Amino acid sequence: MRVTVRLFARLRDIAGTSELPREVAPGATIAAVWRELAGEYPDLAPYERSISSAVNADYARMDHELREGDEVAFLPPVSGG
Amino acid sequence: VTTPLLAIGPSRVDIDALVSAVGNAGGADGAVVTFLGLVRNHNQGRRVLYLEYEAFELLGVKTFERIADEVVRRWPDTRIALHHRTGRLDIGEASVAIVAASAHRSNAYAACRYTIERVKQIAPVWKREFFDGGDVWIEGATADPDDEAARTQAERVACA
Repeated sequence: MRVTVRLFARLRDIAGTSELPREVAPGATIAAVWRELAGEYPDLAPYERSISSAVNADYARMDHELREGDEVAFLPPVSGG
Repeated sequence: VTTPLLAIGPSRVDIDALVSAVGNAGGADGAVVTFLGLVRNHNQGRRVLYLEYEAFELLGVKTFERIADEVVRRWPDTRIALHHRTGRLDIGEASVAIVAASAHRSNAYAACRYTIERVKQIAPVWKREFFDGGDVWIEGATADPDDEAARTQAERVACA
């Protein structure tokens, strides 16, 4: 199934794009999408323990199962204010 | 033009418009506390030239709604407005504006402080610092709105 990955701030810089269409196995978790991505862009790997994730613009846990057409976002540690 | 209570975007923050938007609860309010966060010309020994803010705007507004709900649950006679700016900001410009209104000043002060602490913990916003000699993404807290320990810490700071 197809999902869209969105990346922000330094994660976007590392991947060189803010949006990536991905083909993933049905029922794939956010964590599975992240692992594949980190395999492709090794500089993402150190963020494994500090990222947050969101599905369709709501915060979600890494074990959340994705559905066809979902937008999954990966967020580095935040620095607003 | 009506000013929304909660917003993220490139437009300049207007604290007076935000105070008007919050109103005075039909006369029931006795205190309004405002906070402006400014772009500072120094950070960790570096001379800062300017900042660029990036946000996940849709998630950001939802996060602001969550913070506003937390405020009203903790301080029932209190409400907030919150604007965060994105894009390039020069030294001295305001990146964030908060207005907290309440029947009594103690709650207005606490709610205002709580709100900025929560913004720093969970708002999906990032600043990139351009300084003399380079630039760097600033990375602070791992955003987890359900982290009750972090929320409690924000409340403790607010009520200190």
